Amino acid sequence: MELICPAGTPAAYREALEAGADAIYCGFADETNARNFPGLNFSRKEMAQAIELGRARGVRSFIAINTFMRAGDERIWYDAVDDAVALGADAVILADTGLMAYTAEKHPAQRLHVSVQAAASNPEAIAFLAEGFGAKRVVLPRVLTLDEVAALTRKSACETEVFVFGGLCVMAEGRCSLSSYATGKSPNMDGVCSPASHVRYRNDGDTLVSELGAYTINRFGPGEAAGYPTLCKGRFHIAEAEGYAFEDPVSLDILDQIDVLRAAGVKALKIEGRQRGKAYVAAVVSTIRKALAAPPQERAGLVASLRNLSEGQKTTSGAYEKRWR
Amino acid sequence: MDLSPAVFRLLAPLPLAAVEGPARWALRAVLDRHPALLDRLGAHGEKRFAFLPDDLPFSFVVTPARRGLSVKRRGIARRADVEISGPFFLLLALLEGRIDGDAVFFSRQITVAGDTEAIVALRNAMDDSTLDLPTDLAAHAGPFAPLVRHGASAIRRRVLTPETR
Amino acid sequence: MSRSSTLVLGPVPYLWEGEAWRDFYFRIADEAPVDVVSLGETVCSKRLHFFDPHFDAVLERLEAAGKTVHLATLALITLERERRAQDKLLAREDRVFEVSDLSALHKLKGRPHTIGPLVNTYNAATARLYAARGAQSVCLPPELPMTSIARIAEDAPEVSFEVSAFGKVPLAISARCAHARAKGHTKDNCQFVCAEDPDGLPVETLDSQPFLALNGVQTVSHTCNVLMEELAALERHGVRRFRLSPQHCDMVGVAQIYRGVLDGTLAPDEGLARLREVYPGVPFSNGFIHGAVGAEWIDAA
Repeated sequence: MELICPAGTPAAYREALEAGADAIYCGFADETNARNFPGLNFSRKEMAQAIELGRARGVRSFIAINTFMRAGDERIWYDAVDDAVALGADAVILADTGLMAYTAEKHPAQRLHVSVQAAASNPEAIAFLAEGFGAKRVVLPRVLTLDEVAALTRKSACETEVFVFGGLCVMAEGRCSLSSYATGKSPNMDGVCSPASHVRYRNDGDTLVSELGAYTINRFGPGEAAGYPTLCKGRFHIAEAEGYAFEDPVSLDILDQIDVLRAAGVKALKIEGRQRGKAYVAAVVSTIRKALAAPPQERAGLVASLRNLSEGQKTTSGAYEKRWR
Repeated sequence: MDLSPAVFRLLAPLPLAAVEGPARWALRAVLDRHPALLDRLGAHGEKRFAFLPDDLPFSFVVTPARRGLSVKRRGIARRADVEISGPFFLLLALLEGRIDGDAVFFSRQITVAGDTEAIVALRNAMDDSTLDLPTDLAAHAGPFAPLVRHGASAIRRRVLTPETR
Repeated sequence: MSRSSTLVLGPVPYLWEGEAWRDFYFRIADEAPVDVVSLGETVCSKRLHFFDPHFDAVLERLEAAGKTVHLATLALITLERERRAQDKLLAREDRVFEVSDLSALHKLKGRPHTIGPLVNTYNAATARLYAARGAQSVCLPPELPMTSIARIAEDAPEVSFEVSAFGKVPLAISARCAHARAKGHTKDNCQFVCAEDPDGLPVETLDSQPFLALNGVQTVSHTCNVLMEELAALERHGVRRFRLSPQHCDMVGVAQIYRGVLDGTLAPDEGLARLREVYPGVPFSNGFIHGAVGAEWIDAA
């Protein structure tokens, strides 16, 4: 199985390269990708250099152009695809079917992957994308159990790629407007979820309060591990009780299930985290690379060290484990 | 990892100029060596970033695009868009991208306040810049380069834990 | 203006059990001035059996009353059981289906269908793609601003566009059931607790600000999206279909108000005042259409 690694900056790209990535995914520094954060991502020149660097080492570069084209400004997205192709991207990762149609028509030889943001969660949806636009691989949404991943991979019209470590979307990806409801900025249109421009951390005595727009998302007591105020990982008040309504501030980790994924025929394992620093990329990629080569009984020990890098310093197997639902 | 209270007491009586001079020199050295840092910061480069080491009697306010830096005594009000607090050497390690900013934030070792977007931009810009303070400062030190490199490396060795070295 | 715009009643998003569900639609058939009714379960496959026994009776009553009925598909399909349920629904011949997931789109190539608001259509290129495959109309996603809607309608004049004009906004869907979780159950053993909250279970912030509402695996807004002053502008841009999403209030009254405003017999500000009487206690929002924070109310008059 291929190990697909994140890079938000050229420095992180180099770390991923050194740490043993098979392929590295990155995006241009604008709203065409779903990690459109300040100071992050690649200029065209940086992307060209990264692709060249990767190619010299036999590592492929995927370019995520996985937001939805803003009406009237489609050119920005078309240009991103044209440039990705010209720069020699080994795959473009797309979410908008309109953009997929453009890519399939204009660049029929370009390898097209379906972003998790396209929310293809069943064989028919995948068939629609594979037949319609020649998609070669689909990144599966984090709403499936391992059994469902296995069943879906067997019926899939193209290769499947599965998230194994990193940030966890609780909601079906690409179908969530929680962020724009609270801030006016959305993952689908602006490439941001719970954007930093609307985040405020406030100290209320020893309590750290995180706010998103006009809403309190969490309060962390003294010494309690904190989290970013992502809406779906906030603490709320429901029916007389307080708690994490959707999910705790945790990260996804299903590295103990690698053999199940391999047996299911999953083609690639994906690490989330383009917005994380290069130290994170280096640690996570090298550890997972080691774990992939290690016998199953040694894996848990190897990956345990990654927990400290995780949001809330806790991990979950998320939807992959049926009880999570 | 905190500096000892003795260091705090030792530094407290220093005149501000004695701290500000070298700090400004270091800032210019870093910006000269890493021009891409300002590109990544974009408009956030004009913002005032206050660094408040818990274990030093000073605070540092940096305006990257203006290559500006001012030092204030601890507790004296300062105008800033962003405030980042934590142990001095943790802040330095963050500047060098040796540790993961999110991780030390989640674990409450550093705290941030103010313009979160500017903080994120700074973090990403620093992270890509591959800062290496001994080398960067030495490059700016002319004939004193070996001395600066040696000194800075020695300090770093003393304070960084094995994982962050 | 030629013939007045079409009013579409979207599927009931909440779990209203059996007879309540049936009676709601009987009254819609008899009294509500809506042209199209989209019928079916979009949120949770576990709910299907609640209204299955009444489905055909409701369908007949609506059609007998002259309504055009579309059959809505599930938004999130991951289980074999859900695939089978969709196949069974799509096996009904001579029906027009409202697509809520790409899977239905795949199955319906060449058959009459419409694109519902839960499918991502953010630009004219995508709308034209769907229209070319047989979509008769496209309901745009709730978070789209007026500028985008206008541009899409302008660039794809051959497509019939629909915009959500009333109802709590569907904001997210998950494999996990936060609603069951909030009441101490798992999804697999949910005991259908979502039926206890026919207008959703309120989610407040820790500072007691009303924020969201849980509807099974779906999360909707606390506020009710209301486009009233904006209807004329949308019509000028070529939007001629408006969707009312059922809330636990007098939806016949809601439909009458919208019909009046669209027909020009009721001024928008009067319509708004009457709407507040019909659906009291829930704040209105229209931020999305104004390109602002979705939860906000922007006085457009």
